[in-house]
Amino acid sequence: MLILHCPNCGVDADETELAPGGQAHLKRFGPGSSDEDFHDYLFARENPRGVHFERWRHAHGCGKWFHAARDTATLEVFATYSAQTTEPPQAVLDAIAARRPGWTWRHES
Amino acid sequence: MKRYSAFAVAREALRNHKGWGRAWAAPEPKRHYDVIIVGAGGHGLATAYYLGRNFGITNVAVLEKGWLGGGNTGRNTTIIRSNYLQDPSAAIYEKARSLYETLSQDLNYNVMYSPRGVMMLAQTQAEVRGYRRTAHANALQGVQTEWISPARVKELVPIINIDGPRYPVLGALWQARGGTARHDAVAWGYARACSAMGMHIIQQCEVTGIRRENGRVAGVDTTRGAIACDKLGLVVAGHSGVLAEMAGFRLPIESVALQALVSEPIKPCMDVVVMANTVHGYMSQSDKGEMVIGGGADGFNNYTQRGSFHHVEETVRALVETFPMISRLKMLRQWGGIVDMTGDRSPILSKTPLEGCFINCGWGTGGFKSIPGSGWGMAELMATGESALTRAFGLERFREGRFIDESVAAGVAH
Repeated sequence: MLILHCPNCGVDADETELAPGGQAHLKRFGPGSSDEDFHDYLFARENPRGVHFERWRHAHGCGKWFHAARDTATLEVFATYSAQTTEPPQAVLDAIAARRPGWTWRHES
Repeated sequence: MKRYSAFAVAREALRNHKGWGRAWAAPEPKRHYDVIIVGAGGHGLATAYYLGRNFGITNVAVLEKGWLGGGNTGRNTTIIRSNYLQDPSAAIYEKARSLYETLSQDLNYNVMYSPRGVMMLAQTQAEVRGYRRTAHANALQGVQTEWISPARVKELVPIINIDGPRYPVLGALWQARGGTARHDAVAWGYARACSAMGMHIIQQCEVTGIRRENGRVAGVDTTRGAIACDKLGLVVAGHSGVLAEMAGFRLPIESVALQALVSEPIKPCMDVVVMANTVHGYMSQSDKGEMVIGGGADGFNNYTQRGSFHHVEETVRALVETFPMISRLKMLRQWGGIVDMTGDRSPILSKTPLEGCFINCGWGTGGFKSIPGSGWGMAELMATGESALTRAFGLERFREGRFIDESVAAGVAH
């Protein structure tokens, strides 16, 4: 079972307490943007076999959103961090790079 | 290829079974093929088979990183049905179901198709309305389904508890010609038939890159060297995103784990497939007597082919109310498969931004039942560039807003 540390309330929450919210750090393309950008914002997902940034909600706990950095191939959790950010903090990127040498965060925007 | 028949069994019985030979060859890869299919699961092999059978294209290689049928083809609950709401889905799933009817004869390989009937229980008023609507839609689509009463449900499945306190059975959508088949045999049968047509099935050969020339696909790099091709078909289910990235495009797909479990074998007690979507579980009895139970999918991206205990608990807890007699059954084993989910829960059979490269993915939780229809349509698409069966399932439907919304129609468990 997946256990994520909720950075909002400090609880180590079981998967059953949490609601997954999909890929994190999507850049929103709204009215006025190109069809291509809007399509990608709505539908295209990275879906990597490896390091993945995602949103979670501590649904049956404090009810607040947070971010998690996780490996989808091993279920290893690198870090959880505040939802109040548009990209992963440097400390999180460093923690992942330490565990996955050669890995770099690429963002499409 | 030696034909399998009663006569062959008798002949081999007198020869100590020394004359059977390999069901399919294990050739070395050539430098070039007309068509390369990546993924030797049911869908990939079916695509190759119908390319040969319907279009005479036999210079084909099917590359597989593991072993044949070792992905989701070997990890499903073997249910076959076509009671979908939307026209394009009903068409392709019904094509698949109808091909399953004669698949054993076509392939000369017993896939043990058992049209035992599939029953989808309605346990809330919303489901009653939904399934009645589906029954009407199916009548228009030429898919044989009917709405049946609780009394008829009890008659077909005596072990069911139709007046459960929380979720009474209010009726069901019944497809008499739905059923199950032997999942491994479907892959093996197609593989044998492909090999007999001279196609190469190359196992333990992982694709590590896709070669492009002037915006066209030129071939693939593999763990067994570079192989050139004119057309490339990506049929790799859960790992589609990984291959799409190699080909230089992204997909509207997320891969999640879906799991199932089987009980210890017991005497025959239920000769139909029962799906209970409200409580989120479905069950059938295998020929060995095991109760095959499927549940829900994880909600988060996951590439590990294993399940989690709380899903097992959820599924079994839900089914125990509807089937009280399974409460003391021991569960033997459980497993997970990686399913590729699209936003509208319908598959993608499409050309891609890379010319000459086609993709067949996004079957989500409905892959096994669609194998022959998917292969049929995909082969037509790859051979001619156009297929009535797959037209609605193009990648462009997301951009154009032409979703084939089956997530509402089919409830949660596909």
